[in-house]
Amino acid sequence: MPVTPVLELRGIDKSYGAVKVLYDVAFTAYPGEVTALVGDNGAGKTTLVKGIGGVHPFDSGEYYFEGAPVRLGSPRDAAALGIEVVHQDLALCENLDIVENMFLGRERTRGLALDEAGMEAAATSTLSGLSVRTMGSVRRRVSDLSGGQRQTVALARAVLWDSRLVVLDEPAAALGVAQTQQVLELVRRLADKGLAVVLISHNMNDVFAVSDRIATLYLGHMVAQVRTGDVTHRQVVELITSGRSGDLGLPR
Amino acid sequence: MSTDIPKGGPSAVKLADSDFAADHRPSDLGGALRDYWAQVRSGDLGAVPAVLGIAGLVVLFTALRPETFLSDRNIANLFTQALPVTILAMGLVFVLLLGEIDLSAGVTSGVCACVMAKLMVSAGQPWYVAVLAALAAGVVIGTAIGWLVAVVRIPSFVVTLALFLGLQGITLWLVGEGGTVPVRDDVIVALANKNMPVALGWALAVVCAVGYAASQFWRWQRQSARGLAAKPVQLVALRVVAVAVVLLAGTYLLSQDRAPSPLITLAGIPWGVPLVAVLLIICTFVLGRTAYGRHVYAVGGNAEAARRAGVNVTRIRVSVFMIASTLAAVAGIVAASRLNSVTPSEGSGNTLLYAVGAAVIGGTSLFGGRGKARDAVLGGLVVAIIDNGLGLLGTKAYLNFLITGSVLLFAASIDALARRRRSATGR
Repeated sequence: MPVTPVLELRGIDKSYGAVKVLYDVAFTAYPGEVTALVGDNGAGKTTLVKGIGGVHPFDSGEYYFEGAPVRLGSPRDAAALGIEVVHQDLALCENLDIVENMFLGRERTRGLALDEAGMEAAATSTLSGLSVRTMGSVRRRVSDLSGGQRQTVALARAVLWDSRLVVLDEPAAALGVAQTQQVLELVRRLADKGLAVVLISHNMNDVFAVSDRIATLYLGHMVAQVRTGDVTHRQVVELITSGRSGDLGLPR
Repeated sequence: MSTDIPKGGPSAVKLADSDFAADHRPSDLGGALRDYWAQVRSGDLGAVPAVLGIAGLVVLFTALRPETFLSDRNIANLFTQALPVTILAMGLVFVLLLGEIDLSAGVTSGVCACVMAKLMVSAGQPWYVAVLAALAAGVVIGTAIGWLVAVVRIPSFVVTLALFLGLQGITLWLVGEGGTVPVRDDVIVALANKNMPVALGWALAVVCAVGYAASQFWRWQRQSARGLAAKPVQLVALRVVAVAVVLLAGTYLLSQDRAPSPLITLAGIPWGVPLVAVLLIICTFVLGRTAYGRHVYAVGGNAEAARRAGVNVTRIRVSVFMIASTLAAVAGIVAASRLNSVTPSEGSGNTLLYAVGAAVIGGTSLFGGRGKARDAVLGGLVVAIIDNGLGLLGTKAYLNFLITGSVLLFAASIDALARRRRSATGR
């Protein structure tokens, strides 16, 4: 394989107290590709994402980032590596505007004062680069934005910070049809820029529309990680619900 | 790649306001007014209620007491009355921005004033040592509150309620039962009782007006030169003119001879006023133009989001209580100067109620995330006008309490209703 995966996990185990959530999970995400992470409720998707993002580190297993083994202790470690996790509850400050949110925690300053002009220009060019043009003004408060626009701001933040890996937890869960379409286009554009994108979704249409690979979790086991073109809609649903589909998935 | 998404085709993005049109459209006054109206309708009232309140109260009390309320002497008196409340409220704005409360700010001002007075009277220290010690006491109290709230995670309401009682005990112990500590130091007494030379007052007012105009226009010029979002130049000009008029009119009023006897002259801006002006400029800069201020708003808006973005939430929480208590110490010093003494009940009673009322009336939200340093000044004036006007009317003490309590409740209701309106419109 010529391309080094941005993220490679091997033999990941994770328990919360007596409850074991992840069993010997392997997972890879490649640059320039959208990897969909699917699975039923309680399959361990969120736990896996929290481990990737350093929120709840894994108990054991190997974590490689761009080929090098790393240990994550906190979300800050993940951010420093270039991992941006966009959580389901968007983690934006509604009382701040778009620019302020995009630069939150990493403000540019000139001496003591904030470099507002520089930040605004950078935010505008990043959003334009993603062909996001429906915001009106980058100085709008996030509280004025629709769900899809908020999702866009969260994604744009990942691009602005030169992230290598973006993990999206159900980005379209609360969105309408048109907005979902916009967000999926954006997800595709992120991957086309060379980022590795991990997309968690329950919606098979979304998954098949944008993903290059599909990884399926079933009760804490990674039952299959396949190219999207190699499987059918029905096979994926079977993998999600019963852990196997024909030759794929758990051994009989 | 298996995708059937059109890749950034122009058809997909030809929607309204393409390419941030609103940021480049030449903005005019009408547009700014419409924007502001939309903002008001969505429940973000800004400074409007406080400004209307000041205007309404001035008209009301002038009508009721035409010969005394607008006299030069009473206006000067009103400003000195507003000083401690305003300074206390300015510190509280930081705490309220996080959606926290500091019920002990009033008695903190009492303890700090007491530390200062005792050091000067009993230990014979010069005023600057005493003032530094008072400020240090404020920092220590604020750090303690901040640690208990942010690290131990006790609700700020409970921590500061406990300190509200405990610190009154410390003041009582320092002053001694039934006693008062006199404050006779010239510098401290001058703060609230002496005036700046008239010429200096004018010079300062002009410098402030020109400085404000320069900073506003410079900012506008920079924004529009780089094609960034900017307010219309007419609005900037209007603001500059309004601020200049208020500054110069205030200076003119305070520069009149207000001595009761023609034998002496009593004119000029009380020294406490430039002190508040300096604090206002510093606090406005810190909140509006620094990364620290941005983080305060962020933690107040969504602490979890701020934490995930890498903001040290604990540090921000501790720091706002330190700022509030330190400014409370300044307020205590000014209050002691005004009364020429420190009593055991200094800062208890309705001091805190007035300060919280001032911040909320000025437009700071009790729910966090919204507020400005100037709110303390506007609200402080409203509270001082009510206090002063009721005094002139000779209202009974019980009515005084009832009216002031109602005003605070009224302001808090507006805040709560505005917040409901915001969530109803999805803002």
